[in-house]
Amino acid sequence: MSAAQVGVLAALRRTAWSPYAVGAGIGMLSWFAFATADHPLGITTAFEHAAALLGGVASPSLEHGSYFSAERAEGSPPKIGWEWTLVGGVFLGAWLSSRLSGDRPKEDVPALWAWRFGDGRATRYAGAFLGAALMMLGARIAQGCTSGHAISGVLQLALSSWIFAAVMFAAAVGTAFALFGREGARRV
Amino acid sequence: MRVDPIGKLLLGLGTGVAFGALLEKGGVARHDMIVRQLLLHDGRVATVMGTAAAVGAVGVYALERAGKTQLSVKPLQPVAIVGGGVLFGAGVALLGYCPGTSLAAVGAGRRDAVAGVLGMLAGAVVFTWLYPRFKAQLEAGNQGKVTLPEVTRTPRWPWIAGLSALIAGRAALEARP
Repeated sequence: MSAAQVGVLAALRRTAWSPYAVGAGIGMLSWFAFATADHPLGITTAFEHAAALLGGVASPSLEHGSYFSAERAEGSPPKIGWEWTLVGGVFLGAWLSSRLSGDRPKEDVPALWAWRFGDGRATRYAGAFLGAALMMLGARIAQGCTSGHAISGVLQLALSSWIFAAVMFAAAVGTAFALFGREGARRV
Repeated sequence: MRVDPIGKLLLGLGTGVAFGALLEKGGVARHDMIVRQLLLHDGRVATVMGTAAAVGAVGVYALERAGKTQLSVKPLQPVAIVGGGVLFGAGVALLGYCPGTSLAAVGAGRRDAVAGVLGMLAGAVVFTWLYPRFKAQLEAGNQGKVTLPEVTRTPRWPWIAGLSALIAGRAALEARP
């Protein structure tokens, strides 16, 4: 192996990188995504398209009031595309990265959650499911998530994304304090 | 059913693998790190996001100027952006991951994130059912795909330079002994 290959492998075996290095990497990855696919990095479009296609299979008639007849304003019609393989890739990349570093903690309930809500798995899974459903509903209403709005939209200086980023951060901080309390903040 | 060509699908896969590895190496695919950020005790998640936006802005605008790509700006629909942002933020705090980091956390072996990804699918199904019923309300007052330089009638470069200066300043403060 060349020195460069050895260096890359050594970096991949490390558990954690500097947040500035990771951020710069994601920024450069967005150059690549725009250059090769005219696409911002975004996760939730694939989920909306999958749900729409599932719904289309379940009730194929395009009756009035269906998702397909409503025609998403300024969005693209559902398809199996770049966004779907991006989603699969994120899972695969994190799997590879954690295998190379050996950083795969076997915990079903995160420590901070367990301190506040107990270490029962059912409570944690129910909380995660409910939180994720709310999060996805919000992302599809606003047409973007942390990746699509708060990173890709902010970097394009989109006004919608700057407002979304500020609102979601304020709502998330408020909810986190309501859930974990001031004591949680002191504890962490 | 429409399907992208195989080359484009592979590009998406490669981009995703790099994205997932970066999220995992950044440690941001962890519930406790994200909640600590929201409790304002740990700045690393914001650092990753801010640096990505600053670095991304420089290259993406250069590519656009050179005619190598098109921007993909989301429309400013005030009800949808604010309402969606509130639901999204509350959901992230309860889940402790965002959509991309949920997938990365599943890849890194965190089982609670599996419940999260199932919840994301459920949320998307609910959305496709609700959307046709509330389309008019959500899209009321649509301002279109506007950018900050357009609405303020300013050039782009001060915004991009400002973003970069913010990150450089933060890094300089952190590097102080």
